[in-house]
Amino acid sequence: MTTLPTTPAETVADRRAEPLSARLHLWAITVDHKRLGIMYVLSGLVFFLVGGLEASAMRAQLARPGNDLVSPEVFNQLFTMHGTTMVFLVGMPVLLGMGNYLIPLMIGARDMAFPRLNAFGFWLFLFGGLLLYYSYIGAQGLYGTSAAPDVGWFAYAPLTDRTFSRGNSTDYWILGIMVSGFGSIATGANLVATILCMRCRGMTLMRMPLMAWMMLVVGVLVLTALGPLTAAQVMLLFDRNLGAHFFDPQEGGSAILWQHFFWFFGHPEVYILILPAFGFVSEIVPTFSRKVIFGYPLMVAATVGIGFISLSVWAHHMFAVGLGPVLDAFFSAMTFMIAVPTGIKIFNWIGTMWGGRIRFASPMLFATGFVAMFVIGGLTGIMLAMVPFDWQVSDSYFVVGHFHYVLFGGTIFAIFGALHYWYPKAVGRMLNETIAKWSFWLLFAGFNLTFFPMHISGLLGMPRRIYTFQPDRGLELWNLLSTAGVPLQAAGVLLIVWNLLRSHRKGAIAGNDPWDAWTLEWATTSPPPEHNFDEPPTVGSRRPLWDLKHPEDPDGRYE
Amino acid sequence: MAATSDATVDPTDGATRRDAVEWRPSRGKVGVASLIAMESFFFGTFIVAFLFYIGKDVHGPTGATALDVGPVIVWSICLLSSSATVVAAVKALARGAKAAFEFWMGATLLLGGAFVYGTAVEWRGLMLDHELFISTNLFGSTYYGLVGFHAFHVVLGLLALGMIWTLSKLGHLRAVDAEKVELVSWYWHFVDVVWIFVFTSVYLFGTGIL
Ligand SMILES: [Cu+2]
Repeated sequence: MTTLPTTPAETVADRRAEPLSARLHLWAITVDHKRLGIMYVLSGLVFFLVGGLEASAMRAQLARPGNDLVSPEVFNQLFTMHGTTMVFLVGMPVLLGMGNYLIPLMIGARDMAFPRLNAFGFWLFLFGGLLLYYSYIGAQGLYGTSAAPDVGWFAYAPLTDRTFSRGNSTDYWILGIMVSGFGSIATGANLVATILCMRCRGMTLMRMPLMAWMMLVVGVLVLTALGPLTAAQVMLLFDRNLGAHFFDPQEGGSAILWQHFFWFFGHPEVYILILPAFGFVSEIVPTFSRKVIFGYPLMVAATVGIGFISLSVWAHHMFAVGLGPVLDAFFSAMTFMIAVPTGIKIFNWIGTMWGGRIRFASPMLFATGFVAMFVIGGLTGIMLAMVPFDWQVSDSYFVVGHFHYVLFGGTIFAIFGALHYWYPKAVGRMLNETIAKWSFWLLFAGFNLTFFPMHISGLLGMPRRIYTFQPDRGLELWNLLSTAGVPLQAAGVLLIVWNLLRSHRKGAIAGNDPWDAWTLEWATTSPPPEHNFDEPPTVGSRRPLWDLKHPEDPDGRYE
Repeated sequence: MAATSDATVDPTDGATRRDAVEWRPSRGKVGVASLIAMESFFFGTFIVAFLFYIGKDVHGPTGATALDVGPVIVWSICLLSSSATVVAAVKALARGAKAAFEFWMGATLLLGGAFVYGTAVEWRGLMLDHELFISTNLFGSTYYGLVGFHAFHVVLGLLALGMIWTLSKLGHLRAVDAEKVELVSWYWHFVDVVWIFVFTSVYLFGTGIL
């Protein structure tokens, strides 16, 4: 059955006694998955604040028609840096970082499979991000033109051609993303190896927490998606710096090929960003519904199914190109198909909550917020999978509204839920529940106020990536509402940051298992000792802590 | 309930098992397999670009006019046979035959080196006789991109194999290291398999033979 170690609590006071430089040095040289995970999340949060500032500046510019707060050039840089930052420097590192922190604990391992590779991956991500932002200073180069990249986060050819993108800003975009991409590849391989090879005794694949399954598929998707992206970026780098012609229409090159390469990465990337969120929610919902997850094997099958199908839907981002009826029909059908396993998950979460004793603590608030918002984003996604509808609204604010419901209402809400859920484990202290609830409701209200009107302004014809709009087109009200949501969201995010900071010192002591949860990470102390478990644990079911708390009725017999 | 670490009660049948260590795959093997999977997609992208642009050049030289398949077949045989010699080397190391290991590893290095030399000779001819550079046209871009990245990986493999050979000469390599050497040999096999795809794309489809 379940064996659990008893670990003497590492006293916080011991560590505080060391001088600051010694403590920072420990963080810089660490190969411990927990410290690396925390560093991933913290740097991701800093980039999140930066990306949020960029978004706020755009919304301020678009508050009224004909505004001249920022110039068109700066606006182009803002949406490029916002998108690039949120995808590559917030979503990926925070999600991979949380996987880093939690997966070894959840599967009862001492560390990741390759701890030094793990540290290497983190530093590559961080310096890749800094390289991207260094473009604000360094990209003027010899030409004295544009500072930051301004070609959009998917950098379509031939905009990225030397002819149209002078200076070095696009090169910074390529290199920053490529360097941090190498870090993601390292972490992807590490996650796969850790989950397959480092599980403790009794932890069969079908006994793993669902989050481990989701992270396994994410690791595989990182390996399949980032190779083509890196190759395409190398080609672009050759085009710009060695005079090659991969994406140069004047020499017979194809701008469409870049789109294929980019979206072959770009769509799996969407699932890299959402599957870990599914994982968080699949851990939080059962704990706060006091029930086992509904349909565990089906959830596993749906996750693997999503992984496969996500590799063959990429051209739904390219319907407006004119690929012809055959390709359009194929990618449209595949996109409808991927909605099936995703829908299965939604129903399984609802099935888990159904009839449960639900506790609406802050993690559960964010998790249910996630389910509701993600359903809206998923439904507009199905609308966009219809080719004629996509032709109508492609590159409009409808699309912007759609993917923010998926990636903000979805991924970011789930990340905040996960932060509230596992913060006590990582820090040893509880977050303040009152502040947490205020931040959730502010964020929830602000989010919907900003992004719901975007669907309407998009249907009315508001194009995305445009620095201003004309009056008297019926767009003023919707744009103003979108901007009005920004202060609410900012207040919600700042409250979360404040909560994270103040609870670090002032929060109530958490204990090992503050939520009465069932997975292995709650068996060790909070924060866990460097070696995680004094003795390698042994598990006999999917809920080892249930077995421990209810020896008369262990779970193994029902699985 | 807390059983000790070497005896556990199996909840499915209630039997006590003594230290039944469960099988897990080797993390080294999974790690290298992951790297190879990622690299396959990387090369696949370059191969797609090469095939997609065949015949789309607005001016020459192209694969049909500039490439000479004859010598490349010779160099390819060198590279592919080095997959066999590296297998022989790994087997020799596993049974502790140091001299045989160094012989077969040395042969692998020579064969791989011959392939890189062949690529260099070919590139020299393309640049001097056909004035083909990466900036000349689409064929130049895709050819140097694909063949160049393959050659780069061959060189990386040679560096890794060369380090192993040097470690063995210095007496730092033991039979227990055989799995690590085998993992490097996996990478070497991968580089060879990629070459089969590159050869088919560049020298068969790209020249019009197929
Ligand atoms: Cu997509």
